[in-house]
Amino acid sequence: MVDLALAHPATPEGKAWEALAQVPDPEIPVVSIADLGMIFSITPLSDAGIRVELLPTFSGCPALDTIEKMVREALVDAGFAPIEVAFNLHHPYTSDRITERGRQKLKEWGITPPGKSSDVLLADNLDFLNEVECPVCGSRNTEMKSPFGPALCRSLHFCFACKNAFEAFKPIC
Amino acid sequence: MLALKELLYKMADDQLIYGHRNSEWIGLGPLLEEDISFASIAQDKVGQSRVLYNLLHRLGEAEPDTVAFMRNASQFHNAILVELPCQAYEFALMRHLLFDEAEAVRFEALRASSQADLAAFAAKFSGEIKYHTLHARSMLKRLLTGSEEAFTKLQEAFYQLWPYAGGIFEPSPYEAELSAAGIIEAEQVLQGRWVERISAFLEPLGIHPDATLLGHWGGRLGQHSEHLQPMLDEMSEVFRLDPTAEW
Repeated sequence: MVDLALAHPATPEGKAWEALAQVPDPEIPVVSIADLGMIFSITPLSDAGIRVELLPTFSGCPALDTIEKMVREALVDAGFAPIEVAFNLHHPYTSDRITERGRQKLKEWGITPPGKSSDVLLADNLDFLNEVECPVCGSRNTEMKSPFGPALCRSLHFCFACKNAFEAFKPIC
Repeated sequence: MLALKELLYKMADDQLIYGHRNSEWIGLGPLLEEDISFASIAQDKVGQSRVLYNLLHRLGEAEPDTVAFMRNASQFHNAILVELPCQAYEFALMRHLLFDEAEAVRFEALRASSQADLAAFAAKFSGEIKYHTLHARSMLKRLLTGSEEAFTKLQEAFYQLWPYAGGIFEPSPYEAELSAAGIIEAEQVLQGRWVERISAFLEPLGIHPDATLLGHWGGRLGQHSEHLQPMLDEMSEVFRLDPTAEW
């Protein structure tokens, strides 16, 4: 597989990537679905057609229909037709796919970026969600309050140093 | 094909019904965090059931929404365990452990399935289920090592639920076919693995699972408790007002 982010902007793949890089995650609008690592593949079809395969972060993510619609619109605006958009369930999404820029944006928006996805696989308790870095003050003197938050991909935390409650993007595998 | 469909239906129905029961905690959890956790787990389960219903649809069954909302209790293949009303938080929490550990065992096994779709979905679900089992374990550990009142309540819930949990592993009429085809191992093999996991966790905390008490079969054949039909009526009330409506 080619590195999508490095595809030449003049190619259909590169043009589609640029369009998709503008599609925000509906629940974390500062980060694009591209930076979250949700784009699995971009395949040019005959004429000006394009096929995009996306990886859902969670099977039950309620934003999937919205994301599909936004992806279609972005590709229409970029001049592609016909357009195929599909969710690929054969390659599990992992939070390791989030780009460096994505991690930075999460942090700026007040969400701690995830640790390694292997942390979840190896865990026999939830301690790996404790002492994550506070996005407000940078302290690790923090505690996980709930492994589930306002969206499936986020957990709830409290910082003892600056007394702020905050959210983290969970490691997902 | 019949064997595969039976397997998919029972797993999807378990997830849908368990998901719906867990969603009943929205707004009612004893702590805000638990309210959110049960709601999130419900969302995962219903989402996973949709993935399986979609696969069934590709194999010739009706649309996922039709399958979810238009069947009667006798057409559901879920274990009776998941349809029981939530009653109290300790009941929901103990069921959460018993059911999600069973899901973990089942989907872990399915990662090696010869059915490629199922193997891929199992890998995806396993990552999601890991958070469910970790959540159940962390809450139970805190409460079982906390006050005597908490321990007693959870122990009672355990004795009430444990026999029903055996229904998750009710033998399938297609078992020989499924295991010969490499789709999934025999239910009793999975049950053995699950009993080991549950015992390893609960024994040190003072609760003693006894595998000879596991029972309550029938759910897989559509024989349910009196609790399922009223739940389905409520769950499908809006859908049935106009099954052709676009949402």
